[in-house]
Amino acid sequence: MSEARDAIFTRVRGGIPRSDDAAARRAVAERLAGHTRGLQPQRIAIDQEALVDLFAENAQAVDATVSFINSAGDLPDAIADYLRSRNMPAQAAIAPHPDLDGIDWSASTMEVHRRAPKADDRIGINRCFAAVAETGTLVMASGPDSPATMNFLPETHIAVVAASEIIGSYEDMWDRLRSANRGSGEALPRTVNMITGTSRTGDIEQTLQTGVHGPKALHIVVVKEG
Amino acid sequence: MLADARIVLREQFLKADVGITGANFLIAETGQTVIVTNEGNGDLTQLLPRVHIALAGIEKVVPTLEDTMTIMRVLARSATGQEMSSYTTFSAGGRRKGDLDGPEAFHVVLLDNGRSKLLGSPTEDILRCIRCGCCLNACPVYGKIGGHAYGSTYSGPVGAVLTPSLAGLSEAHHLPNASSLCGRCEEVCPMRIPIPKMLRHFREEEVASGMAPASARRGIALWAWFASRPGLYRTMTSLTTGVLSLFGRKRGRFSSLPMAGAWTATRDLASPQGKSFQSQWARRSKS
Repeated sequence: MSEARDAIFTRVRGGIPRSDDAAARRAVAERLAGHTRGLQPQRIAIDQEALVDLFAENAQAVDATVSFINSAGDLPDAIADYLRSRNMPAQAAIAPHPDLDGIDWSASTMEVHRRAPKADDRIGINRCFAAVAETGTLVMASGPDSPATMNFLPETHIAVVAASEIIGSYEDMWDRLRSANRGSGEALPRTVNMITGTSRTGDIEQTLQTGVHGPKALHIVVVKEG
Repeated sequence: MLADARIVLREQFLKADVGITGANFLIAETGQTVIVTNEGNGDLTQLLPRVHIALAGIEKVVPTLEDTMTIMRVLARSATGQEMSSYTTFSAGGRRKGDLDGPEAFHVVLLDNGRSKLLGSPTEDILRCIRCGCCLNACPVYGKIGGHAYGSTYSGPVGAVLTPSLAGLSEAHHLPNASSLCGRCEEVCPMRIPIPKMLRHFREEEVASGMAPASARRGIALWAWFASRPGLYRTMTSLTTGVLSLFGRKRGRFSSLPMAGAWTATRDLASPQGKSFQSQWARRSKS
């Protein structure tokens, strides 16, 4: 490709001498195809119901708020209640996701705009791909129905996840993503965002402050059924 | 201060044509770049402008997603004590068909800059470093002198190995000497990098290549000559400490001493308080 590339590869090959080139290539191919997991944490060796509780506990430990609803139809009221409790306007940008489209928003006080967020949108609602109980981490997979900017631009990020989408470990997430995108032509989504709590920094006088460049608040709504 | 920074920088993120980020990992299996931040600055940089350029050293390549997650489990814990940083982002290219946002173009620049020549060298293991900063927090020298004293991007124990490794020992041969070799950096390192061993390697190379000042080399040679003659060494040290404690008895310290000017120019030297450890040991063993 380029001269620099060749020079780098020559030095790398010189630095790591190997006697059997074909065997080395085979080992690499097997390694990449095998998806061999490292050590998995003991804390996730529990049933699905306990994983949901563990997720909520871990997410709350990093300043996210979590609420549970019984069905997707309860979402508009749940979000409106949350915003009212924070004294925030009932206006939001919402991801054009089929699961969110199927909800009747007109019955609530919520005013939702189905598009990618603009610079002055204060609230953004997005649909998660999954959530990892291990550390209370949300998994957002970018695509036409889930713009990645929704997770970063609005001050308040509201994320919707189904209880059945809560999984134990990060590796479970990659297995799900690999099979979800099989056949779509692209192996994985363009952007996968793992989100654990709100935007934060300790850079100013080593004091923890939240809401640096990303959202100041993260609210997670767990839908128990479907 | 934070609110101001948010307003000023948000404007910049929205206006920029090109966003340049680094990468914590590059994944061979999938061709993804990974950035880990707590602020979300990296994400705005790579999501909002039309072009995203990721610049990363070739040592950032990790074989699989599974390997990356194993490292992710130790990264934030070793860096800030968090279980996971706020934002971990995997990028695999530019905007796709139907996408409402994201950069139109995505370009990755792989940087060697001295890294490939470390392969097969005594400091090869430093390429495993994930820049968590754990060794800095554990280092008693770094704790006293702070980061700027190291004079380059990387400070602390990892800087004392990386800077001479990448820039050449002649540029930074004093850094490996700024260590007590206490070994805490190696003890806490999540990637198990034997930093003290590498510092010793550089010290040997410094002397072997004649970079160490002649006075230091002569001093150490003289010390080695005495140290390999235990009887003479003990006689000389007990004589020296005897003389020093005699002269320093009144004040308990010296403000100036011949041949120790570099030390006494900035601080006093404490006067020896009695017999040496070895002579005390010998006396107690007898009684």
